Amino acid sequence: MSSLPPYTTTGQRIWHYTFLFICALIFIFLITPILIIAPLSFNAEPYFSFTDGMLGFESEAYSTRWYKDILVNGMSDPTQPNNWGVFWDWFWKALSPFHTAPPSFYTDAWENAQWIRAMRNSFFIGFFATMIAVTLGTLAAIGLSRSEMPARGAIMSLLISPLIVPLVVTAAGMFYFYSTNFNPDSWLNGNPDASSWILAQTYAGVILAHAALGTPFVIITVTATLVGFDKSLVRAGASMGAGPAKTFWKIQMPLILPGVVSGGLFAFITSFDEVVAVLFLAGPEHRTIPRQMYSGIREQISPTILAVATILVILSVILLATLELLRRRSERLRGLSPS
Amino acid sequence: MTDVSYQPDTTRGSLTDASGALLAADGTPLKKKLRQALAVSRRRAFLLVAPLLLFILASFAIPILLLLVQGVKDNTFSSIMPETTSVLREWDSNSEPTEEMAAAVVMDLISAKEISRSLPTKVGTRVNREVSGAISLFKKTTRKAPKMEAPFLAELYKVDKKWKDPAYWKAMKIASKTITPAYYAAAVDKKYLADGSFADQPEDRQIYVSLFVKTILVSGGVMLACVLLGFPVAYLLSHLPARQANLLMILVLLPFWTSLLVRTTAWIAMLQSAGVLNDIFVWIGITSDDQRFSLIYNMTGTIIAMTHILLPFMILPIYSVMKAIPPSHVRAAKSLGATNWTAFWRVYFPATIPGIGAGGLLVFILAIGYYITPALVGGQDGQLISNFIAYHMQKSLNWSLAAALGGILLILVLILYWLYDKIVGIDNMKLG
Repeated sequence: MSSLPPYTTTGQRIWHYTFLFICALIFIFLITPILIIAPLSFNAEPYFSFTDGMLGFESEAYSTRWYKDILVNGMSDPTQPNNWGVFWDWFWKALSPFHTAPPSFYTDAWENAQWIRAMRNSFFIGFFATMIAVTLGTLAAIGLSRSEMPARGAIMSLLISPLIVPLVVTAAGMFYFYSTNFNPDSWLNGNPDASSWILAQTYAGVILAHAALGTPFVIITVTATLVGFDKSLVRAGASMGAGPAKTFWKIQMPLILPGVVSGGLFAFITSFDEVVAVLFLAGPEHRTIPRQMYSGIREQISPTILAVATILVILSVILLATLELLRRRSERLRGLSPS
Repeated sequence: MTDVSYQPDTTRGSLTDASGALLAADGTPLKKKLRQALAVSRRRAFLLVAPLLLFILASFAIPILLLLVQGVKDNTFSSIMPETTSVLREWDSNSEPTEEMAAAVVMDLISAKEISRSLPTKVGTRVNREVSGAISLFKKTTRKAPKMEAPFLAELYKVDKKWKDPAYWKAMKIASKTITPAYYAAAVDKKYLADGSFADQPEDRQIYVSLFVKTILVSGGVMLACVLLGFPVAYLLSHLPARQANLLMILVLLPFWTSLLVRTTAWIAMLQSAGVLNDIFVWIGITSDDQRFSLIYNMTGTIIAMTHILLPFMILPIYSVMKAIPPSHVRAAKSLGATNWTAFWRVYFPATIPGIGAGGLLVFILAIGYYITPALVGGQDGQLISNFIAYHMQKSLNWSLAAALGGILLILVLILYWLYDKIVGIDNMKLG
C-alpha cells in the first residue's frame, strides 16, 4: 500500500494518489474541528473566530483570559489578590487541622465559580455512577459468560439496551418516574402532606441514571476479556482449597482487571460526557461540565467554552493513552504479542 | 463362582439401581444428581446477574414502561371531575345535553375549587386541547358555580352561550376517558373523536408524521455519509503496516473519545458565518465577504456535525471486518483474470458487507435518537423528533403526547436493535 510496485500503470498510480488524497481529506474532516479549538481558545477578543491579529501572529491578539475566566466566572469577588503563593499558603493551611480563615480567593473560586462547581459535580457524579456500574456490571458479566446462565440472550439484550434506547426517551422516562414521591406514606395512604422522597433534582437521581447508562459498557468490555479467560485456573485454585471469594479476588479479578478498568473508564466518560439526563433530572446546583457548556452555547456564547473544550480534549488524549496501555497489557497477559 | 451376585453395599450406596441406571454415592440416580448440580450452577449464574438486572429494571426499564403507559393514560379530567365522567359515559354524544350532565359539571367544579383553585384551570386546559376556548369557559363557569341553583342547564346557558355548543360536551367526553388512544393518534397526526373514530388533524397542525419521516431521512443521510467517508478510511487503515495504521487510528479514536459537547462547540466555531470554513471560502474566493454561506443553525449544520460525531462508529466495525479478509482472496481473483475493479467489487466488497451492516445499523440507531446536536446547531429546521419529545416534556408539559411520540420512536429503535442482534449479534459489539 505504502510503496507502489514498479509494474503499476499510470492509471493505477493516479487512482492510488487520488485515493490517498481522498483519505487525507477525510482525516482532515475528522481532526480539524478538534484541533481548531485550541488556538481559538487563546483569542484576546470575545469571538469564536480568528481575528486578523491572530492570523498575523501578533502576541497581543492572544491571551489566556478565557482560562482565567474558568476560574473566576461566578465568583462573588474575583478582584482579590490571587497569586500562586497565596494559593499554596491556602493549600497548606487547608491541610493543617487548625486553619480557620484561609485566603478567600481560592475558597471563593472553589465554592462559587460556575465551572469549578461544574467540575466538582462532574467528578462527584461520575465517580459514584462508575462505582455502581463497575460493581454491578462486572458481577453480571461474570454470570452472563457462564454457559449455564438461563435466558442469556434475553437478559443480555435488556442489559445492553440503555446504550441503544434514545437518550431522550430514557431521560424522559426517568424524569417522569423520579418525580413521583417514593414515600410509602404518600402512595400507600394517599397522605398529601407526607414528606417528599423525590429523586428528581437530586444528586442521587443523576447518579442512578448515569450508572444505568454506563453498565452496558462494563458488560461489553468485561465479557470480552472473559472470552479469553481459562476457567481451569479457577478450578485449580478451588482444588487447592481456596473458597469462591478467594478464587475470585486472587485469580479471576487480576486477569480480567484490564477489562474492568477499561469498562470503568467507558462508564466514567459516559457519565462525564452525558448531558440529556442531566438536563432532565438535575437542578441548577447539580450542573455538570457538559450541562454548563450546553447552557453556555445556548445563552452566552463566549470563548470560555473553547478554553474548557481544549482542557477536555487534553483529558481525552490522556484517556486514550491510558486505554492503549491497558489494551497492550491485556494482550500481553493473554499471551498475545501486542500490535 | 460365576453366579456370585453383586451385593449392594448399604453403607456406601450402590452403583446401579434395579433398572440399571447409575446411582450416585448417596443412592440417588446420577441423572437426578446431575440435574441438581446444574440447577445449582444455573442459580449461581443468575444470582450474579440478578443485582444488575434489578437495578436496570428499577432505574431504567420500569420508568420507560410507565412513561409509555402515560401515553395512553390521562386521568386529569376523570380524577378532578368524577361525577361528570360517570354521567358523560352514559351520554351518546349526539343528543342534547341533559340537566343531569349540567348538574354534575357544576357540582364537580364547586368541589374541585374547594380543594384547590388551580384544579378547574387544569380541567379547562385539558378540554382546551380538544376544542379551543375551553379555558375561559371553565374559568367563567367556576366563578359563577357556587351561586347556581337548579335547573343548572339553564344557568350554564346564562353564564356562556358556548355551553349550547355540543362541541364542548363532546370534548369533555373525550377528555373524560382515562385510557385513551388520543395521544398516540395525535402523534401520527390523527384526531380522536367523541364517537370513537379517528380523523385527520387540520393541515396546519400535521407536523409529527413529516417530522418522523424527516428524522428517518436525516438518519439515513448521515448513515450514507458515514459509509461513504468511513469505507475508504477503513480500507486504508487495514492495508497499511501496523505502525502507520496505529498512528492514523489515533486520528479516528481522538474524535471518538472527545466529548460530544466539545465537538459540537468545535463545529460552531468551524461553520458559523464568521467561522473558519467561511473565512477560508472568502480567502480562496469561492464567495464574497458579504455573501457568506449559512452552514449552521439549519439542517446542513445538523447533518455535518452528526456525521462527524458518528463517523468513528462506522469506521471501527468496517475496519475490524476488513482486517479479517485474507489478502489472498483478491490476489486469487486477479490471477484468474479479474480486473482491479472486478476483484474489488465481486470479491472484496461483498466480504465487507457485515462490517458496513453493523456500522450502518449502529449509526442509524444512534442518529435517530439524537437530541443535543440538533438542539444546539439545528436552528429552526434542523430539529428532530427527540427535540419535540423534550419540548413537550419540559416546555408545553404535555407529558402524554411526549410519551406517545417517545413510544413510537422507541418501537422504531427496538426494531432496529432486534435487526442488529439478528445480523451482528450484541455479543459482537466492540468498543474502541
